Amino acid sequence: MPEAKFYGAGFPYREIGDLPGKLIVLEGSDGVGRSTQIQLLRRWLEDEGFAVSDTGLKRSEITQQGLEAAQKGHTLGRITMALFYATDFADRLENQIIPALQAGFIVLSDRYSYSIMARDIIRGADPDWARKIYGFALKPDLVLYLKADVSDLISRLIHGRGLNYWESGRDIHPSNDLYDSFIDYQSELITLFNHLAEEFGFVTIDAGRPVMEVFTDLQNHIRDLLEDQRPILDEIF
Amino acid sequence: MLRKNTTPGKLIIVEGIDGSGKSTQIDLLYKWLHTQGRSVYFSEWNSSGLVKSTTKRAKKRKLFTPTTFSLLQCTDFADRWENRIFPMLKAGVIVLADRYAFTAFGRDVARGVDREWVRNLYSFAIQPDIALYFRVPLDVSVQRITGARATLKYYEAGMDLSLSESRIESFKLFQERILNEYDNMVNEFNLTVIDGNLTVQAQQRLVRGIVKQELDGWKGLPMPEVRPHSPFPVKIDTKKGKA
Repeated sequence: MPEAKFYGAGFPYREIGDLPGKLIVLEGSDGVGRSTQIQLLRRWLEDEGFAVSDTGLKRSEITQQGLEAAQKGHTLGRITMALFYATDFADRLENQIIPALQAGFIVLSDRYSYSIMARDIIRGADPDWARKIYGFALKPDLVLYLKADVSDLISRLIHGRGLNYWESGRDIHPSNDLYDSFIDYQSELITLFNHLAEEFGFVTIDAGRPVMEVFTDLQNHIRDLLEDQRPILDEIF
Repeated sequence: MLRKNTTPGKLIIVEGIDGSGKSTQIDLLYKWLHTQGRSVYFSEWNSSGLVKSTTKRAKKRKLFTPTTFSLLQCTDFADRWENRIFPMLKAGVIVLADRYAFTAFGRDVARGVDREWVRNLYSFAIQPDIALYFRVPLDVSVQRITGARATLKYYEAGMDLSLSESRIESFKLFQERILNEYDNMVNEFNLTVIDGNLTVQAQQRLVRGIVKQELDGWKGLPMPEVRPHSPFPVKIDTKKGKA
């Protein structure tokens, strides 16, 4: 990504300049295995001699505490939540992702603006409003969309950390039980994600397969992206 | 860009640069309406309980960029909007707001964010029934602010923009930019300009006149009962049949 490209106006008050690094995004549903893949990718890329920085939602120094506290209460409205997440994302983009890209790092982002946008839209936000908020979002070099069925997600989460309130969309699907809410909410998200995949040109990866198979797929796509930056191992040995 | 008010409530807001006298005026307006037995709710810029601690922390540590500043202030506004302002309007209350989306359109653009982008952020909000813009010359505002307070705060003075090493100088340059944005918004958002150089009472007379006209023939949410401890007798307007 030599020159920064944005979905809208970007950060007009700031000179961004060239970005020699690469921004790689992993998108996909809750429990689809994104964080496992990011760990594997990070180790692999570092082995190959690349400097890697990773980031994910709700890790901004500005909003982390406040947003978590707000989500524990019961007064957090939908528009408010959308904007809180946007603040978190903007802070990490300006203060973490862009500086890392300027320094030539490969940035692995666990989710990106698309996930927030999708959750906003599912919660009834005006789709145009939700998209335009992210006019400051940098266009990634590669968006890998880990696509799975709701049944795959259920299986992973039940055997993992369990189902939770927000991931089950309890705020908008107050079904009789958490399970039904989860199925309804995640199904809607997957449908929307499939649309966003087309709109924003995601590379869709079948995530309903064993971890190492998915990983190999991801590696192949990332290798293509990095072909102009061959791993140092090839040259030494 | 703002939605039309289709609620039974009335939205009245005041705007102006720091030191323009708008808070004094809206306070007097609030008391006047309250005394008349109107259901009134007052909301102040940057006052959401949900967002306050986050803003405070970020200001203290100087973590804001123009974009995150803009987004967090809109988050604060959204919380007030969703939990207070909008439900109140739907109930037929007169909502008075000290600063509104136009403050963001002025300040955030003065900080360098994109004009259209910040207008989109607030597009869930309603175009006020009355938007009063208290216009004062820059030097009056500067004099009022620096005379009344010991120091100007970092973001208040626009120090994050690196316009000047001096807080007062930075404040002036920052306010000047905001003033330009406000002036351009007069037509865009149909702001009613009030001359902030007039006496407080003369301004309040104008304000009440405008509000009275807007409320003429309008019935809002009635007060459940006449308050027994009202400092003034509640005047019943028999012609219109409302308290």
